[in-house]
Amino acid sequence: MTQSRALRPSLSLRLFGFSFLGFWCLIAAFPIFWITVMSLKDPIDAFSSNPLTVIFGDATRFTGLGLSPFGMAVIGLAFYFALRVARRSVLAWTAALEPKSGRINGWIVAILAFAVMCAVASLLILPAVIGLVNPWLGALGRPILGLTAEHYISVWIDGEFYRNFINSMIVTSGVVAISLSVGTLAGFGLARSRMKIAFWILIAALVFRALPHSVLVAGYLPVFVNSSDILRPLLGEAAPTYYGKPLPVIFALVAINQPFTIWMLRSFFASIPSDLDEAARVDGCTYFQAFRLVIIPVMWPGVVTTGLFSFLLGYNDFLVTSLLLDAQNQTMVPAITSFFNRETTSTDQVQAVAAAVSITAPLFFLVMVFQKQIVSGLTAGAVKG
Amino acid sequence: MKARTFAWFVGPSVLLMLLFIAAPLVSVLVQSFYVTAPVLETVVVETCTPGFTGQICETATQTRPLIDGNGKVITTTEFVGLQSYRNVLETERTLAALSSWDFREFLSIDFWKALRFTLTFTFITLPIMLVTGLGIALAVNMATARIRGQVIFVSLLPFIITPVIGALSIKWLFIGDGILTALIEWWLARDIALFAQAWTIEILLLSYRVWHVSPFAFVVFYAGLQTLNMDSVESAIIDGATRWQRLRYIVIPHLMPLIVFLTVIHLMDSYRVFEEIVGFASENHVISLQWITYDLLTPDDAGNRSISRASASSMLTMIGIVILLVFPLRQTWRDYFGKAA
Repeated sequence: MTQSRALRPSLSLRLFGFSFLGFWCLIAAFPIFWITVMSLKDPIDAFSSNPLTVIFGDATRFTGLGLSPFGMAVIGLAFYFALRVARRSVLAWTAALEPKSGRINGWIVAILAFAVMCAVASLLILPAVIGLVNPWLGALGRPILGLTAEHYISVWIDGEFYRNFINSMIVTSGVVAISLSVGTLAGFGLARSRMKIAFWILIAALVFRALPHSVLVAGYLPVFVNSSDILRPLLGEAAPTYYGKPLPVIFALVAINQPFTIWMLRSFFASIPSDLDEAARVDGCTYFQAFRLVIIPVMWPGVVTTGLFSFLLGYNDFLVTSLLLDAQNQTMVPAITSFFNRETTSTDQVQAVAAAVSITAPLFFLVMVFQKQIVSGLTAGAVKG
Repeated sequence: MKARTFAWFVGPSVLLMLLFIAAPLVSVLVQSFYVTAPVLETVVVETCTPGFTGQICETATQTRPLIDGNGKVITTTEFVGLQSYRNVLETERTLAALSSWDFREFLSIDFWKALRFTLTFTFITLPIMLVTGLGIALAVNMATARIRGQVIFVSLLPFIITPVIGALSIKWLFIGDGILTALIEWWLARDIALFAQAWTIEILLLSYRVWHVSPFAFVVFYAGLQTLNMDSVESAIIDGATRWQRLRYIVIPHLMPLIVFLTVIHLMDSYRVFEEIVGFASENHVISLQWITYDLLTPDDAGNRSISRASASSMLTMIGIVILLVFPLRQTWRDYFGKAA
């Protein structure tokens, strides 16, 4: 966008704008950056009140664990390439992988491939390279930055955090899949219907959007806990207890997320010209055939955006999952309370920090890959009303 | 679209919402009038211990729950009317505190304490969020195109982070002698403990929420600024309007629908403030309405959940959100239909 000279802000205002932005970016990124640093240090360093001690990790370095200048350079390069790949290539891969149907499969494969690549590079290749080269470099190969991965190892392996990770993945993928398949149908129906009831469904959804989730959980709990007694007359001895199981929680989260999903998808489908599916119906398709043959191929941008928000809801939820899942099926976010409620040595606390960083890392990659979609999703609801 | 086809398309979604949102609402309303409790029996137990001169026997009465043939505790459900509401509101203490004008005592009652905090929280974070979001959006709009992508990337981080984790990460910066506490102590040259009294915790809770939601306001405002009509801005400049006047009379009226949208969303979301309380572990000092319900739903030491009181408190919470949203929604409704008519 070219600006006319008169519109260009004065130098002092620009300087003020820049420093304000710099300050905001610092505030926005600092807590996340800092807990990442803390999670890699010995407890003595992590909770030190001197920031330089935390960054350089004196006590950690003393135990012989750390990163040399060469290692830092290698990791910096690797991180830069990961960012580039995420920004440019992952989207290209999905296009290449996309067979005739199921672009969503392309997305999933591309993201998994990217995640596996990052994991292999950071866990196997980089340490091997750095470990091999360091002894040859003299001063450049000596550790100056104390780092240790021991907290991650004790959280993920000894603390069996991988179980919670698997549970999180089950719940989240269930929420995304079901909420999208139910939501696209409803969104399309609402966008194409001119009936009064469509309007009232949307208003009701808006009201449901405002409900505190604890109200709903207060309704679910007695039913879920006693479901085997309630269902016995219908199902006999096979009647299940819903409390503690992932599937009922998935359905509850899908329903909680439906109001948002159908609003978003309705405004997306309304932006697809209805000539498209009407033409198909003139050629003799039913509404369902028109939806399957004409709409599904063009709906993926809107579906990906909506799916991201369903993912965030399922992944970030604490209230519903902590009250309705038992310890065995617990997801990551409620499980972290067990780390910081253990009254507690400072090692426990750094382990909680490491668990927190582990939960944040996938979200970080998600923003890296899907920044555009998230922004368009945030604005879609607002601008279209 | 025929009603029949429409029903097939919308059916699954509506069914889910009826089953998992509307039905629980009704059942919560019903539950709040009933109390389910285990049936207790009182038994006289004689325990004898061998003593020096003979047996020493003691008789004591014990209450214990009745157990049926399958080893399950027998429970009864009885209608108690508004008793659970009275328990949540602690009506007697409330009336006593109000009649003696003891405001401190009034705000030490859990429900009113939580209501006070929830409302303060909602209404203080709202303007700060709008101003911060607008400020970032204006600054980004002024910046060169190269850095916009980076700024948006960094700004999205506080927004997408898991709320509990976000609150925890802020807490770790301040707890004990965390580096930011150390910084403030060095600056003020005195010892402080930010997690020892209610008001400092409240400031941290408010700051956390502003940090968490400002990116959303920023992105929405930024998108709104892209559709600003440049001609009217230029003619304002020709007429000699200052930058502030342009902001006041052109930009803000243009963004007004977005401000209403953000306000409604923010009222809904910040009224259910909860995750911060868990993350900061502030329940001894500061609690919110949703936290009360959560606490009643969590099993106590004996494994019982106070379902009835939780239902009553969640019904009261709902009344609050209805009152909060009636005014902005009625306004939108009037604007919408006023235009149409």
